[in-house]
Amino acid sequence: MTALTRVPWIALVLIAAFFVPVVGSRFYTFLANDIAIWALFATSLNLLVGVTGLVSFGHAAYFGIGAYTTGLLMKKAGLSFLLAFPAAGVLAGAFALVFGFFCVRLTRIYFAMLTLAFAQIVWAICFKWNEVTGGEQGMPEIPYPDFDRVAALPLIGGWRTAEYFYFLTLLLVALCLWLLRRIVGSPFGRMLTTVRENAERAEFIGVNVRRYELAAFVLAGAFAGLAGGLFGIFNRGVFPDFAYWTKSSEVLIMTLLGGMGTFYGPALGAFVLILLNQQIVSYTEYWPFVLGVILVVLLFVFPGGLAGAAQATARLWARRQRA
Amino acid sequence: MLEVRDVRKSFDGFLAVGGVSLRVERGTIAAIIGPNGAGKTTFFNLVTGHLRPDAGAVMLEGRDITGLPPHDVCRLGMGRSFQRTNIFPKLTVYQNVQAAFLSHRGRGADLWSRVERLYRDETEGVLRSLGLLERAGEVSGFLSHGAQKQLELGIALASEPSLLLLDEPTAGMSATETRETIRLVERIARERGLTLLFTEHDMEVVFSIAQRITVLHQGRVIAEGSPAEVRADTEVRRVYLGERR
Repeated sequence: MTALTRVPWIALVLIAAFFVPVVGSRFYTFLANDIAIWALFATSLNLLVGVTGLVSFGHAAYFGIGAYTTGLLMKKAGLSFLLAFPAAGVLAGAFALVFGFFCVRLTRIYFAMLTLAFAQIVWAICFKWNEVTGGEQGMPEIPYPDFDRVAALPLIGGWRTAEYFYFLTLLLVALCLWLLRRIVGSPFGRMLTTVRENAERAEFIGVNVRRYELAAFVLAGAFAGLAGGLFGIFNRGVFPDFAYWTKSSEVLIMTLLGGMGTFYGPALGAFVLILLNQQIVSYTEYWPFVLGVILVVLLFVFPGGLAGAAQATARLWARRQRA
Repeated sequence: MLEVRDVRKSFDGFLAVGGVSLRVERGTIAAIIGPNGAGKTTFFNLVTGHLRPDAGAVMLEGRDITGLPPHDVCRLGMGRSFQRTNIFPKLTVYQNVQAAFLSHRGRGADLWSRVERLYRDETEGVLRSLGLLERAGEVSGFLSHGAQKQLELGIALASEPSLLLLDEPTAGMSATETRETIRLVERIARERGLTLLFTEHDMEVVFSIAQRITVLHQGRVIAEGSPAEVRADTEVRRVYLGERR
């Protein structure tokens, strides 16, 4: 255990990710970019599911709002990415504040259903509001951020635009994950954990449970919005299905698969699910079936997800070493 | 310290608490006794804001706290423990008590500091006085029932209350555990100058430490006074003490 935990895994993963465009093909850069964005999306959801104990079925709403915000501001208003990207977080957070105000007044399944209902409303608006969102057709050709100045610099010049965007994604996702990690490890994060563990007891140590739940909801929504902002550019277009319930379930599956009990579990879930999807689809058209089987096995054998299983294995390994 | 005036609560027509008044003076130990279903826990829930009374008033240090939610009541200096053990089971013993300090000292909105070292001395102080310091790193859900009850007392203490309400602090404990816990409660109340109000089913415990006793029966007060007075009360003997002979 000690030998394994002393390895700076996170730094290694980040460094390895930066080398993907160097050693891999364009396709691998594309995959890695996809994974990085979904890793942020899943980790933002885990602030609700894993840390606060609130299961949201409608987290894609904030992802979609973020994507449309950045997309509209960059394409229609011609704003720079430096403004359009944070705007995605701010607007998604603002919507989360309004929707969350109602959601946290309900508990458990009713909470989950209301998050889903709000997400479907967001989707319906994106789907129908032709003048602004482009309706069913979505909004294609979102421009890339302007990398001309970066490309002119010595040493780091000479990459394709998609690759610059990948490096930018890595930096921003790493920054967001670091912020989320600080939040989870802060006194505020500990209060969220007490709400998850025992909301009644939390009230009696002076925690205003609803207010903390709402704060978690807003933060999770804001970070999902940032992930959405990146995804619209990466996808070269924003479409209503970004906010559709299947996206919400996809990110929930990643969180469960990776393990909601650990901070990096959901990111691991994003990595595994996207790679599996890519690989298995080329062998069989029954990918959802394979995914279903994997999930059933995992939930029964390792309820802590892949990250939980990895921890258990590491502990076992350490005990063998000592023996 | 605490004054309750004629609180009432009924559930779907069933009168659980029917007009109970009570005064607890600062620095004293008061107890509420009564047979099962007498309304003791409901009364506690009314006082702590967990339930809203249909009528009546609850005053804490002269301030009307009727109907305030528990988190506000807690901030005003009232701590409580529960009859059914009520802790944060997946957190360690240390984290359980520390969480109460974090909340009480208003650090809950801090998104930036690292949580581990905050209020370490205070937390360890509480754990030491409970005899739980050696077990600080253990996951609290795996502790024995008695130790969990003690931890719950620790959580309540970490809210630094001036008035502590304990709902059956020895429920489910063995005779030895009961005696130890009571000694512990008494000592801590004395050390910290706490005012204590507790419910209890164990008569020996009640008569050994309480200075004032209120007897509830079917949601009403049937007697109130010093242990000697209550012991001598014929009504009490009939409905309650008599039952146990």
